[in-house]
Amino acid sequence: MAKKTVPGVLASFVHMDSAIEAIRGLKSRGFRDLTVYTAAPSHEIEDVLDQPVSWVRLFTLIGGLTGLTAGFGMTIWMSRDWPLLVGGKPIAAIPPYVVIAFELTILYGALSTVVGIILMARAKSLKGRAYHPSFSDDRIGIFVPCPPEQTPAVRDLLSEAGSEEVTVHGA
Amino acid sequence: MTAIAHPEPHTPTQTHAEVTRDVLATLGTPSRGYYLALFGAVGMFLIGLFTFVMLLKEGLGLAGYTPPVMWSVYITTFVFWIGIGHAGTLISAILFLFRSPWRTAVYRSTEAMTVFAVMTAALFPIIHIGRQWIFYWLLPYPNQRFLWPNFKSPLIWDVFAITTYFTVSATFLVVGLVPDLSAVRDKVSGWRKTIYSLASIGWTGADSQWRHYTRGYLYLAALATPLVLSVHSVVSWDFAMSIIPGWHGTIFAPYFVAGAIYSGIGMVLTLLIPLRKALGVEHMLTEYHFDNLAKLTLLTGSILFYAYAMEYFVAWYSGNPFEQTTFWRRAFGPMWWAGWSMIICNAFVSQLLWFRKIRTNLTALFIISIFINLGMWFERFVIIASSLSNDYLPNKWHVPAVTWADWGILVGSFGWFLMYFLLFARTFPVIAIQEIKEMIPYPRKHGGRH
Repeated sequence: MAKKTVPGVLASFVHMDSAIEAIRGLKSRGFRDLTVYTAAPSHEIEDVLDQPVSWVRLFTLIGGLTGLTAGFGMTIWMSRDWPLLVGGKPIAAIPPYVVIAFELTILYGALSTVVGIILMARAKSLKGRAYHPSFSDDRIGIFVPCPPEQTPAVRDLLSEAGSEEVTVHGA
Repeated sequence: MTAIAHPEPHTPTQTHAEVTRDVLATLGTPSRGYYLALFGAVGMFLIGLFTFVMLLKEGLGLAGYTPPVMWSVYITTFVFWIGIGHAGTLISAILFLFRSPWRTAVYRSTEAMTVFAVMTAALFPIIHIGRQWIFYWLLPYPNQRFLWPNFKSPLIWDVFAITTYFTVSATFLVVGLVPDLSAVRDKVSGWRKTIYSLASIGWTGADSQWRHYTRGYLYLAALATPLVLSVHSVVSWDFAMSIIPGWHGTIFAPYFVAGAIYSGIGMVLTLLIPLRKALGVEHMLTEYHFDNLAKLTLLTGSILFYAYAMEYFVAWYSGNPFEQTTFWRRAFGPMWWAGWSMIICNAFVSQLLWFRKIRTNLTALFIISIFINLGMWFERFVIIASSLSNDYLPNKWHVPAVTWADWGILVGSFGWFLMYFLLFARTFPVIAIQEIKEMIPYPRKHGGRH
């Protein structure tokens, strides 16, 4: 199966301020669907892209609450299913079950956070978008998907902002 | 906390490219010394495996189990390894939430240490239960007789606490590794590239990935923080929930947590001091990091000092003759050597770290770390074996025997742990590339930082 390439322009930057300038320029010209590659998360990039807060927190919350319910539900139900008097305590004794419920809150919360990261990060498909290995090293990459007729304008904008290398991808 | 604040903000002086280069250099062809260490570790593990087979065949009598001392070296070593794990989570999760700059260079190796230490610890309850082939009876699963575990038992809490701890710390380690694996993927070639490509699950460092990743990582840290405090509390309740003199103490949870972190940092120092030299990362793991680790050791060591003093004080103040006898025998009874080893190695040796000269002298720190490891093993041995050896029936009192089967499993556990740690150190970046880079700003055309 041939790899589908997203047509567009890929630029590589050494300097953070140049990359920020390029993103600002692109956004002002209506290019919103940018992909910015960095080797480490950057607040400056985050600020200039101005994206909403990630939904991963919802996964954590739902996972945690599920774990809490599962913890109490399991211990109470199982105790009542096989009623065994231990140390004169009630059959379903809440204080000792807090420990199990707490552990399951953390367990489910953590696992669903990971699921959240994976699902959310995959929600925007990066398939076919150009990438360069230097972006995991010391360069900042910007990929701008655009039709061929806009390519020269985008290329000029990126070069003017200070990109050290601009390449055109796809037909 | 003195250990967290540092007067001078410390930013690595390398460039991004140098960080990638230096960390990747640690994944190069291993030296002969590495193979020797690895073979040594595998050899030690095989001793443990042989002992385990003998235990399966002959039963726990081989380990010198005689009533009333039915918990001895295996449970001691179990608590020892669980404790070791705690420093890793403290450094990777708690210090992450505190935004402590010195954690960055050390957290990956300590997090790996946590995962392997918990993997080691988790073997012990299984070894210790006697009929190892039915260990799964501890888990709540639907069985033919419709029986469920007793959730009021601290031992079942422990099953949940340790399973959760292992899963969450392993998840935290793997999640942290993904961006670094992509950095390795982009630098290697051939079959290694294929493997690292698969392991980095399509990570490119795109903004859409970082956006969710950074949030998710924050929540994982926030979940791991109460978890680390809970796990050793639950382990301490294995003892504190009973009525054995010397175990039945309300200070057990914080006392055990402080001890766990103290012992864990001891192990971090034992591992990192030789490792930084072996991997040639002396410029990344500097005096600054060890000074901070030592301060944390001093803090937790001092908490232990206080807890030891309180244990004796409470025993005396309680007016309870059983409690008083237990503590008198800890210091002056037949196991006085174990009692004093614990106090000297933990409470007193840690106080040497008040001196900056000692904190920044790596040879001294390494020697102190060995004392910490020894002292913390003795602490658990004293709490477990000495308390049980003089329970309510004086005609049963005896000094527990430590047999070859105890030593075999102890040696095997170190082999098992070191084997995984050594394999990890050569396969994955032991210094977090991505987080170090986060501390180094990208260059700017017009100079300046921000």
